Amino acid sequence: MNPKRSNQIATGTIFGLVAIVVLILIGLIGYILFNGVPNISWHFITAEAQAFSAGGGIRDQLFNSLYLLILTLLISFPIALGAGIYLSEYASDNWITNVIRTMIEVLSSLPSVVVGLFGYLLFVIKFGFGFSILAGAIALTFFNLPLLTRQIEESLRTVPNLQREAGMSLGLSSWKTVTGIILPAAVPGIITGIILCAGRVFGEAAALIYTSGQSAPVVDYLNFNPLSPTSFLNPMRPAETLAVHIWKLNTEGVTPDAHQISSGASAVLIIVILIFNLGARALGSYTYRKMTATK
Amino acid sequence: MDKDNIQVHLMKSSKATREDYFGKTICYLCIGLITVLVGCILYFITSRGIATFTQNHVKLGQFLSGTNWNPGVLDSHGNPEVGALPMIVTSFGVTILAALVATPFAIGMAVFMTEISPKRGTKLLQSVTELLVGIPSVVYGFVGLSVIVPTVRHIFGGTGFGILSGTLVLFVIILPTVTSLSVDSLRAVPVHYRQASLALGATRWQTIRKVVLKTATPGILTAIIFGMARAFGEALAVQMVIGNAVLMPTSLVSPSSTLTSQLTTQIGNTVMGTMQNNALWSLALILLLMSLVFNLVVRVIGNWGKHKYES
Repeated sequence: MNPKRSNQIATGTIFGLVAIVVLILIGLIGYILFNGVPNISWHFITAEAQAFSAGGGIRDQLFNSLYLLILTLLISFPIALGAGIYLSEYASDNWITNVIRTMIEVLSSLPSVVVGLFGYLLFVIKFGFGFSILAGAIALTFFNLPLLTRQIEESLRTVPNLQREAGMSLGLSSWKTVTGIILPAAVPGIITGIILCAGRVFGEAAALIYTSGQSAPVVDYLNFNPLSPTSFLNPMRPAETLAVHIWKLNTEGVTPDAHQISSGASAVLIIVILIFNLGARALGSYTYRKMTATK
Repeated sequence: MDKDNIQVHLMKSSKATREDYFGKTICYLCIGLITVLVGCILYFITSRGIATFTQNHVKLGQFLSGTNWNPGVLDSHGNPEVGALPMIVTSFGVTILAALVATPFAIGMAVFMTEISPKRGTKLLQSVTELLVGIPSVVYGFVGLSVIVPTVRHIFGGTGFGILSGTLVLFVIILPTVTSLSVDSLRAVPVHYRQASLALGATRWQTIRKVVLKTATPGILTAIIFGMARAFGEALAVQMVIGNAVLMPTSLVSPSSTLTSQLTTQIGNTVMGTMQNNALWSLALILLLMSLVFNLVVRVIGNWGKHKYES
């Protein structure tokens, strides 16, 4: 075959492959939205879930997902920040750093079900938390840490060395340089990273089935005492998240309108994650403009 | 003899130094914590996972090669029936098949994004892959359950649950991972390689195939391995479409069960410390070990790639 002909064939094949992927995506999103959006109503979002009758909503699941997300970020962000600073500013190129990097790689490639089982073993059973939001948040922290650490390290690394030299030449300690100069310059990247991780956490289910549990007890949204077992703020209560709810409806659910609820819930899940992604991009570029005086 | 005030003052570390130590300590603690956490995971899963062999005296060979999975029952020799082979075979089956299906698409996407398309097309596809990454796996599972399973049942007969449906769902799940990593490795190929090739009169496809793809081979292999690791560990999406019958898979459309699907569905139904439970933790241990193996393979390929570039 002459080279010109094979060039054409190859280009055609590549265009074909790309077109198929784009069609799959359009079909997927289209399917979820077309089936799901008609099921979303104010009632659907604000009503309690029903186990045996039709017409249930997703109020508690949606709230649990968001609460879990906030709790997870509260635990994981400080740790990831410290670790990120260490890796980008202090880590010297030796075997210890190598071991640490390997550890983080291992953690990031662990299957989420293994992380979930570990959380179940250690927190739910050994420490006696029971199925609780807190156990779920800690398990998700494991899942979240490597991603977040790497994001923070990357965004700290992209700050030009000139800035570090400037800080040093002003006689600042290296810690002051990091907190006063490098961190603010890296904020846009860090924010983007956090929101992207939040999206991952929001949709995660496998790590949660055996940590935060599969039941959503009735909670009182007016009870603001986090120690009371019926309070919506109590971190020790079991909580089914939206993603777990979809899974449960489709595997062992007996709810008659399981299909409608899961399409609606899937659509909600995807819409929230889309908002996260777009928000990350918008917020990232906005803070970048604000903090770096670029137009 | 008392030191005078000035001496004390001068001998003390300055405020800046103390701050520095403080900050450094915090950072070291954080990184130490992460390392300890990983150690904990490895230790706890391993210690539970080997209980099947130490407490229940199951032979490792029997566990890995047996085909009957029924941990609560004793067979005719009085040994518990814990053959994990069907699940291991299914796990590897869906993983390898998904990687085989996803690779051409991923490479096509990557080549298109880096070599062929104008800037706008690249941006569009970038957002397509990001969107695919963002969709949670339960949603993939749900769509698989309501679209792929009925379609497979319609075309190939059977129940529709099985390796084929699992493969199709996993293919979409790992596609964005493999694509974006392949894109990175194609971008890393220096522009002057392409210029040299084109200047010699090679067509674009010749340049792509013989220069760009060849140089990027280690990177693309790494991308595929990462995709396989993702597929091997994926739990819920697969669980929803695979059928969950612990049987040796006889065809692509017969219901079977992967390590992850067996774990997610069963571990809540067993009591801690019993034979059934220990056997499940051993499955978790296999998952953990496989994830370490994937890591190791990536590392080996990385070193080989470095070697290749440097020589």
